[in-house]
Amino acid sequence: MSDFLAQHAEIIITLIKVLLLLFIVLTVNAYLTWFERKVVAHMQSRWGPHRVGPHGLLQPLADGAKFLLKEDPTPSGVDKFTYFLAPLMALALALTSIAILPFGPDPIRIFGHDIFLGIVDLNIGILALFAITALSVYGVALAGWSSNSKYPLLGGLRSSAQMVSYELSLTMSVVGVLLMAGSFSLRDIINAQAAHPERGILGWNVFPQILGFLCFFTSAVAETDRAPFDLPEAESELVAGFHTEYASFKFAMFFIAEYTSMITVSALCSILFFGGWLSPFPAAWTFAHYLPSAILIASGLWVMWDGFRYETIFGRILLPGVGAVITVIGVVLILLPSVNEFIQGPFWLLGKISFFLFVYVWARGTLPRFRYDQLMSFGWKLLLPVSLANVVITAFVILLRGH
Amino acid sequence: MIPAHYYLVLSAILFGLGVVAFIFRRNIITIFMSIELMLNAVNLAFVAFSQAWNRLDGQVFVLFVIVVAAAEAAVGLGIIILIQRNRQSLNVERVDLLKL
Amino acid sequence: MNAPLVVFFFLAAIAILGAISLILQRHPIHSALSLIVVMVALAGLYLLMGAEFVAAVQIIVYGGAIMVLFIFVIMLLNAGVEERTNMSKMAGWAGLPLAIALMGFLAAAVARSTDRVQAVAQSGATAPTKVVAGLLFQEFVYPFELTSFLILVAIIGAIVLAQREKQ
Repeated sequence: MSDFLAQHAEIIITLIKVLLLLFIVLTVNAYLTWFERKVVAHMQSRWGPHRVGPHGLLQPLADGAKFLLKEDPTPSGVDKFTYFLAPLMALALALTSIAILPFGPDPIRIFGHDIFLGIVDLNIGILALFAITALSVYGVALAGWSSNSKYPLLGGLRSSAQMVSYELSLTMSVVGVLLMAGSFSLRDIINAQAAHPERGILGWNVFPQILGFLCFFTSAVAETDRAPFDLPEAESELVAGFHTEYASFKFAMFFIAEYTSMITVSALCSILFFGGWLSPFPAAWTFAHYLPSAILIASGLWVMWDGFRYETIFGRILLPGVGAVITVIGVVLILLPSVNEFIQGPFWLLGKISFFLFVYVWARGTLPRFRYDQLMSFGWKLLLPVSLANVVITAFVILLRGH
Repeated sequence: MIPAHYYLVLSAILFGLGVVAFIFRRNIITIFMSIELMLNAVNLAFVAFSQAWNRLDGQVFVLFVIVVAAAEAAVGLGIIILIQRNRQSLNVERVDLLKL
Repeated sequence: MNAPLVVFFFLAAIAILGAISLILQRHPIHSALSLIVVMVALAGLYLLMGAEFVAAVQIIVYGGAIMVLFIFVIMLLNAGVEERTNMSKMAGWAGLPLAIALMGFLAAAVARSTDRVQAVAQSGATAPTKVVAGLLFQEFVYPFELTSFLILVAIIGAIVLAQREKQ
């Protein structure tokens, strides 16, 4: 038994990593919906979900139960194979793109095997992500067509035309970063930004490539069909766009696919432009290594203090418990320096991903929608020339500097 | 590793299936898709040879074939849209105005 | 029976089944989906051969752009299932065996081809994108620039062909 394990160690480790990452991504998706509803609500001066569990924290569980138990009707006249294929395709592609992201620089050593954080590091990392983005147009187009109804068809065609248009500026805006790093692999791109650790935040790609970053983020928001580019699926415009005829579980699959692609795009923004797992402080400031534990202890204590004053009894038990766990983790990190060193990379990466997710939700709560012709002319007439100009300028600067 | 002629046999089978699809189907769009299948089979043969002889020229040529297929698909689909407008049908047997 | 051989047969089987499904499906959308399956299987085979850049370009351009164009046209023209017209029975009875004979002849000719191709096993080394790009921009730069011109001509042609007639 133990040499079966030893021989096939690679496959077993990868399988465990895949299952763990899948579980984590689906949980983050669920709590991302809670986060979005709370943040948009507070921006609109209301409370958002606050009944189901303390501060509405159990709302995603209630939503999940609803999705599983609701009736799932299939309209007559749909093309059955395509109707069932479209949400599966969207979900599978969105979840596959998580496999390519790296989450930390150092490997963990367990039983003599080096386990890197992140499932695989491809030589063509960023190209593979573009390939998955290109294929995800099908989920939307086929969903709209197979529903055998006017509004989904129009919504699906508009949505897929939008995705195809913004794909171009998405790929072009990344070329500047690729020219600077000299490789497609995501780890190499982060290591290229780590070439000058004494610069800290100034070594990140966002400062030379500010134009590329703005084009990338805007195209990515348009690519994932989020506000302010969500005309094809907005409720007041086209019923619900391409997923009108989809009920509980298949709709949930589209939903999960959309939020997972939000997470992927946030991760890509932080990896390509904001230094990935690099800390913004210069390497000489070693006190910055205590920042993760400081943040954990502070937030744990705040949750405990808020929990003691909460209205329901359940909240008064749960919240201080959660807060105590967080505080204990923070204290443990101070006491174990090797674990503290290891946790630096993933902490900064997750912090940056959370920041970009917040910007996504912020944009949704603040900006009005684009009209469809404004959307298309913005993509073709503004973003594409700007990203092409960015490529040309970057290439010239690299040529003149002689890198 | 895998000998080169495995890939070449697969390429020949796919090409033959493309020819069969071209001859037996009557929808213009399906016929066009069988042309793309034949082009893909040829691409596979190119890459197999490029690996067999350790030269990358085959892969560069595959890139050119893909670009030409894209251009051809764009113009061909434009022509198909015109045929649908003029003959109101996508059946190749209906495009027979020059028949005696 | 090592792992690459198993992967090869798996992907080859998917490609052939996709091609057969392209022939047998009655609705053009299902044929298009089968063709997408064939293309993704071929991209997997390119990865197996170490041609990673070509595999990525195959999925991005062929699978993500050309086939999207096909699917848009099928949706916009509202193509339905093929009608059954009177095909001569002779064509069906004699044509299919002859087509299979053609395929078999091609495959056998390739399999019994020169020793040079048979003897060299796949090296399996990945082709780095830098070298492919070097070839593309140094030796093949003239065809490369010509293809950009070709795409421009194709864009203009497609727009002119699909315009509405001016009243």
